[in-house]
Amino acid sequence: MKLAIIQYNAGNISSVESGLKRLGASAIFTNDPEEIIAADKIIFPGVGAAGVAMDYLKERKLDEVIKQCRQPFLGICLGMQLLCKFSSENNTTCLGIFNEQVKKFPVNLKVPQMGWNNIYNLQHPLFKNVEEDEYVYFVHSYYVEKSLHTIATANYGIEYSVALQKDNFYAVQFHPEKSGKTGEKILKNFIEL
Amino acid sequence: MPLTKRIIPCLDVKNGRTVKGINFEQIRDAGDAVELASVYAEQGADELVFLDISATDEKRKTLLQLVTKVAAVINIPFTVGGGISSVDDVRVLLNAGADKISINTAAIKNPELISDIAKVFGTQCTVLAVDAKFENDSWKVFANGGRVATSLDVFEWIRQAIDLGAGEILLTSINHDGTKSGFANELIQQVESFSTVPVIASGGAGNMQHFADVFAAGADAALAASLFHYKEINIPDLKLFLKNQGVQVRL
Repeated sequence: MKLAIIQYNAGNISSVESGLKRLGASAIFTNDPEEIIAADKIIFPGVGAAGVAMDYLKERKLDEVIKQCRQPFLGICLGMQLLCKFSSENNTTCLGIFNEQVKKFPVNLKVPQMGWNNIYNLQHPLFKNVEEDEYVYFVHSYYVEKSLHTIATANYGIEYSVALQKDNFYAVQFHPEKSGKTGEKILKNFIEL
Repeated sequence: MPLTKRIIPCLDVKNGRTVKGINFEQIRDAGDAVELASVYAEQGADELVFLDISATDEKRKTLLQLVTKVAAVINIPFTVGGGISSVDDVRVLLNAGADKISINTAAIKNPELISDIAKVFGTQCTVLAVDAKFENDSWKVFANGGRVATSLDVFEWIRQAIDLGAGEILLTSINHDGTKSGFANELIQQVESFSTVPVIASGGAGNMQHFADVFAAGADAALAASLFHYKEINIPDLKLFLKNQGVQVRL
């Protein structure tokens, strides 16, 4: 199986690769459209800001490439937010795979949400063998509202989507590669989809 | 639900190899620091902090190798600190697999470093370490590993750092460090009263109740080193204790 991690100019993305390696899977980093399209599965990680990340994707026409993907595609953290329609971070028009909006957490909370929170209403094989209310690791200041595509929920002052799914597109707000054994189960489930 | 309170073992790394403050011969070099890190991750540590105490370029290369190895092995977040003084230092460590970096003395000398790092990599990976000492009725900031006094007031400094983009505060009380008499709960409480970012309490842990006390004071996370290294407390026991005390922890 060919796993591709979309490479772009955003923070620590090698941790996703390390996470896959620990599961015995290997992946290539690439920003080459042909390699991305040819992969069996694609992971779209991300730490950074929405505006800069979208600019980078557009410059390389990766925005169009991502929209064409028909294989299982997993957005992680900022990767999830970029798959949505619009982010209030830098007022950025995103990829629009999901119709949802990305909003900033209410200011009475510590932002970024940084740490371990429980996830619930797990509604997809992506969460096979994961119990309700297991803990995963989050680092984010913006969140995706709940919607028809929500397949997992968390609460940080507000209930919001921690995972989305539509057709071949999956997205998680937390970092499975940093979420201990629970995260490993979720990455493994994606590999085995 | 609020976030869980985090338990963070700290590994002091010297010259990229030696784990400071540990008598155990078997965990003396960097290879075994990796082993220790993975044991802690396995036991349920929520995060790890590596503090490097070395200066030369040659020694920093060994730190990089350590970061790379740790990143390959552990599946929880980790922070690297010690001697970081530029955006380039940060880039290299993040590329090697660190999730966050902590800065201390370099930020005291040049506060703009905080905003420079936060702008490029985000506030979420910009940790400000503050060594605080209570002297003459006030909390002052100390630099150079707690050896050099500054004129900075701890609370003013933390406020300024948060404004500049610090995403987390690692706050060590020099008065409490090594005493095993409990964390600086009042200090933590005062900082938590205004901090808009998470605060990690450090210095003074001696027993499990001390962790419960500092979490009651508002700390988001608590850090300890020798207590875990010497196996005086093991993490699963500590977390169970905290849970029974009504503290939300990840089991």
